[in-house]
Amino acid sequence: MMNIQNYIQAESLEEAYLLNQKKSTRILGGMMWLKMSGNTVGTAVDLCRLGLNAIEETAEGFSIGAMATLRQMELHPGLNNYTNGAAARAVQDIVGVQFRNMATVGGSVWGRFGFSDVLTFLLSMETSVELYHGGVVPLERFVSMKRDNDLLLRILIQKKDGVFVYQSMRNQRTDFPVLTCAFSRVDGQYRAVIGARPARAMVIPDREGILDGGITLEKAGIFAAYAAQHVPTGTNLRGSAAYRTHLTEVLTRRSLLELGGIEKWK
Amino acid sequence: MEIKLTLNGRPLTDQIDPGLLLIDFLRDHGCFSVKRGCETSNCGLCTVLMDGTPILSCSLLAARAAGHQIQTLEGLQEEAADFAGFIADQGADQCGFCNPGFVMNTIALLRENPDPTDEEILAYLSGNLCRCSGYEGQLRGIRSYLLSRGKKGGSHGA
Repeated sequence: MMNIQNYIQAESLEEAYLLNQKKSTRILGGMMWLKMSGNTVGTAVDLCRLGLNAIEETAEGFSIGAMATLRQMELHPGLNNYTNGAAARAVQDIVGVQFRNMATVGGSVWGRFGFSDVLTFLLSMETSVELYHGGVVPLERFVSMKRDNDLLLRILIQKKDGVFVYQSMRNQRTDFPVLTCAFSRVDGQYRAVIGARPARAMVIPDREGILDGGITLEKAGIFAAYAAQHVPTGTNLRGSAAYRTHLTEVLTRRSLLELGGIEKWK
Repeated sequence: MEIKLTLNGRPLTDQIDPGLLLIDFLRDHGCFSVKRGCETSNCGLCTVLMDGTPILSCSLLAARAAGHQIQTLEGLQEEAADFAGFIADQGADQCGFCNPGFVMNTIALLRENPDPTDEEILAYLSGNLCRCSGYEGQLRGIRSYLLSRGKKGGSHGA
């Protein structure tokens, strides 16, 4: 278990940032994974007093504070209205209500976990992250950046004309996903996002125009095969690479059919 | 470091180590309904309410609870008694180890959604693991309570 020598609730972002420049400092998110590490932490810095725990909606988009919880995301009426309920579907099988009341959106995004439902879902939208020193960075670029000593403040989602669906495959409800799939059409552009590969989620845009002219049964099958060819998968306890590649095709096809209003999957 | 919080309605001040988890703080203060189970934030045995919201006390620093209202089953006996007897009627408690966390989360569910469907019950309680029962007994007990509201307790009482 983690050993914490000093705990501070930061009074300002600058204070938190300066403290975080020391190697022995850790910024606390929901602490769900951090508490299980065997590390000794010199100073644990809590951002809970810095007003980062809200989801705000404007006409232009959503701003999700890094300390907002997964449960807030699950229940937010505006976000779920905009995403056709995909926000709730993306997180509703993550452990249980108690867990989701504690786990933070910022912790999930900062961790860039290879099993993340949250990252998969957020990548299906026009999403950026706001860093204290790094400014606003597109989420797709942030996912491939190395972890540094900056602070993640907010997740910013632009409201563009879009339709969204979310699917995941789990061996058992509340377990880690074997594969996650978000699919969207934003400003007429289709994109699939495949996560829990079991590596960080990746975006598969429709570069070849397979879906031009709309979704049909045939096109859904062709794009699903295209996604399966272009998503590297791996093996872990929950499934083999071959199984994940098969699931990539299945979930992509199902998502497309749902997005196109051809079939609805529970 | 010093923390001040409210535990089951009583103000409390104590000196703690910065890394102390809330579960250990609560058990040190006599709240033995709060159980340690999986240590991986998965089983729900350690569920308590913080400002009315169900959380896992095994995953929260006691320092983070400073200034908040914490409630354990010891402080919610009357509210729990409303439906715990119905769960006992179904034989759903069996070894009983998961029961306090289960009851705490059911209280949170019924406060948030007083008339849940079976699907909503199962979804809300999916973070509470029971290795004895297969969950059907708990579901029957809660359903039975919902149907019989107005009566106090099942035939076992509570």
